[in-house]
Amino acid sequence: MDQFYPQAAIATYKLLLKLGCQVDYPAGQTCCGQPLANAGNEAASKASYSHFIDMFEKYDYIVAPSGSCVYHVRHHFDNIEQTESVKKVRAKTLDVSEFLLDVLKIKSLPSKYPHKVGLHQSCHGLRGLHLGTSSELAAEPVSKLHTLLNMVEGLTLVTLDRKDECCGFGGTFSIKEPAISVKMGKDRIRDHFSKGAEIITSGDMSCLMHLEGIISRQKIPIKVMHIAEILNADSI
Amino acid sequence: MMSHAKKAAIFNKDEARTDWHDASLWMVRQKRDFAVSEIPEWEFLREYASDIKTHTLSSLDTYLEAFEKAAIQNGATVHWASDATEHNEIVLSILKKHQAKKMVKSKSMLTEECQLNDFLAANDIEVIDSDLGERIIQLLDEPPSHIVLPAIHLKKEEIGELFHRELQTEKGATDPQYLTEAARHHLREKFHTAQVALTGVNFGIAETGEVVVCTNEGNADMGVHLTPVHIHSMGIEKLIPRRSDLAVFTRLLARSATGQPVTVFTSHHRTPKNEGEMHIILVDNGRTNQLGKPDFRGSLKCIRCGACMNTCPIYRRSGGHSYDATIPGPIGSILTPGIDLKKYGNLPFASTLCGSCTDVCPVKIDIHTQLYKWRQIVSEAGLPEGGNKTLMGILGNGMAKPGFFHRLGNTGRKLLRLFPGSEKLLSFTIWTKDRNLPKAPKESFRDWYAKQEKNEQ
Repeated sequence: MDQFYPQAAIATYKLLLKLGCQVDYPAGQTCCGQPLANAGNEAASKASYSHFIDMFEKYDYIVAPSGSCVYHVRHHFDNIEQTESVKKVRAKTLDVSEFLLDVLKIKSLPSKYPHKVGLHQSCHGLRGLHLGTSSELAAEPVSKLHTLLNMVEGLTLVTLDRKDECCGFGGTFSIKEPAISVKMGKDRIRDHFSKGAEIITSGDMSCLMHLEGIISRQKIPIKVMHIAEILNADSI
Repeated sequence: MMSHAKKAAIFNKDEARTDWHDASLWMVRQKRDFAVSEIPEWEFLREYASDIKTHTLSSLDTYLEAFEKAAIQNGATVHWASDATEHNEIVLSILKKHQAKKMVKSKSMLTEECQLNDFLAANDIEVIDSDLGERIIQLLDEPPSHIVLPAIHLKKEEIGELFHRELQTEKGATDPQYLTEAARHHLREKFHTAQVALTGVNFGIAETGEVVVCTNEGNADMGVHLTPVHIHSMGIEKLIPRRSDLAVFTRLLARSATGQPVTVFTSHHRTPKNEGEMHIILVDNGRTNQLGKPDFRGSLKCIRCGACMNTCPIYRRSGGHSYDATIPGPIGSILTPGIDLKKYGNLPFASTLCGSCTDVCPVKIDIHTQLYKWRQIVSEAGLPEGGNKTLMGILGNGMAKPGFFHRLGNTGRKLLRLFPGSEKLLSFTIWTKDRNLPKAPKESFRDWYAKQEKNEQ
C-alpha cells in the first residue's frame, strides 16, 4: 500500500485524524512477514515479526487498513517468544473497521459517496478476524464493513450472487496457481459487474490489486477502491 | 508426477466446462446452506460433534477394544489391518474361504484408499461397485473425483455414451431416469449372483459393536441382505462412543453432504444372518501416525461429508482429479501429506487459505490452519514447493531492515514508472500473463507522510 496504493493509506490516515485520533506512522516499519510465512517459510519471517513488535510496542493501538496483515499478526506470530510486549502488540493490532466500531464505537460518519458499490469481503478479514459472519455459518448475519458502508450518505450496496467467495489472490497462490487464481478473480468481477457496481471495494488492498490487474487487462468498466477511501470521501 | 497447479491449468482450459463444474458444486453448497438454515442449533451441533470426536480420538485404543469386544459378542468376526496390504489380504482370504468369485461393493473411500479393486482383479475376483456414481466411473476405469459425488465431473451426455457402449442403452440417450433404470437392471443381476458383499462404514459404535452405513440408493443394504457373507471395512477413526451420540452426526452428515435432512437409508449392521458371516475389518493405514501429530490429529474427526470440496473455490474450478489423491479437496490436502509428504507436498499450496472449508466443516476441523502448518513442514523438508530456504532466509532478514525494504519498494515503483506498459515487457512473468501490474504512483505514502510532517513543523 505504501508503494502502489498510497491513496488508500492516506485516506486511512485522514479518516483517523478526522475522528480525533492522534496518528503516527513509524517510518522504520517494514512488512508483517506474511508473504514468506504463507509460502511455508515462517521461520524466515521471525526477524520481520520482532521488527514489527519493536516498531509498534509504544502505541495504544496499531491500526492497519488490511485484514490480512492484521490476521497474520494476531494469529501467526507464534514462533517468537511471547513476551509482554509481543502479547500486547498482537492484541492491540486491529483492522481499521474493528478500530472504528469496537474502539471508537462510531455510530455515524461525515462521508458521502453517491455510487453503486460492491463489497468484496476479504477472507482473512471475514473468516480470519470474524469481521462478519461468513455465509457458511448458521449465525446472526453481521458485518462490520457493511455497517460502515451503510453510514456513508448516498452509497448503494449491490447484492451479489456469492457474497463472500474468495477472489483467488491468496498471496503466493496467485503465482503458484495462476490459472485458478485468475479464473476466480474473473468470476468475482463478473458477479460485481453484472449487478451494476461501479466500484468494487474491500478492506484488503491485496485482493483489489489482483482484481484490478484482471480488470485493467480485460478493460472492464469497473474500478477498485479501498474501503477507507470511501469512508473518507466527503464529496464527489 | 504432475502437480495440482499443472492439472488445474489443464482443467481450466475448457472454461465453459469449468463454469459448469463450479456451478454444479455450488448448487450443492447452496442446498447445504438451506438445510443448515433450518436448524437453529447448527453451530451447537458442530461443536458437540467436534467434542465427541476429539474425546473418542483421545481414547481411541480403549474404544477400539470395547468395540471389538461388543462386536464379537454380537457374533461378528473382527479383523485388524495395519495397512492397505493387510486389509486387502484379509478380504481375499474371506472370499477364498467361501470360494467366492464375485463381490458387490457399496461406496467405500477406504477401499479406494487401499486400491482393493485392482488387488482383487489381479486375484481373479470380479468386484462390482454398486452405487450408481461408482459404477459409472468403474466402467470408465477412472478414480472418483469426489468422495460423495464420485462422477460429478461427468455430464449426462458422457454417461449416456458410456451406457450405450457398456449397457446397450439407446444411442444418444441422456435422460437421467432412463439411464438410471438401465443401471438398475444391470446391477440387479449382479446383486443376485454375488457371493459376498462389502460396504464401507460411516460410524462404528463402541458401546454396541455395530456399524452404521448411510446411503441413498439402497445398494449397500441389498448387497448385505442378498449375500450370506458381508464385510464392513472401517477406518479406525470412524468410532463414536455410544449409540445416542449417533443422532448428532446423522443430523450433520447428510445436511452437510447434499442438503438432505438425512440420508435415505441409515442402516445398522450388528449381527450375521443365520448361517451367514459378518466380518468387520478395522484399518489403520497411517491413521495412528496422523493421530500422533498434535497439529494434525484433528483431521481424523472427518466424517467424509465432502462439504469442504463443494465450498472450495479451487476444488470447484479444478476438479477432484487434479489433486491426484484418493481424498481430494481441502480435507485431502491435510490428510495426504501425512501419508507421503513428497508426493502430496504440493497440495497444501492448492489453496488461498480462504477458510471456507473450516467454516463449513460439520465437525469443526481447522482445515485452513492445518494447510498453513503443512506448508511449513513441506518447506522445512526442503521440498521444491516450499521455495529455496537460503533465498527465503536472506529475503526474510532483508524484510526486517527498513533501509533494504524501502529501497527495494522504491526501486520497483520507479522502474514501473519509467516503463509504462511494463506488462508487455514483463509478459513472461506469471503475474502478468493475464493480469496487469498496478499503476505506479509518483510518491509512496511514506514520501507523502514525510512531507506532511515537514509542513507541520
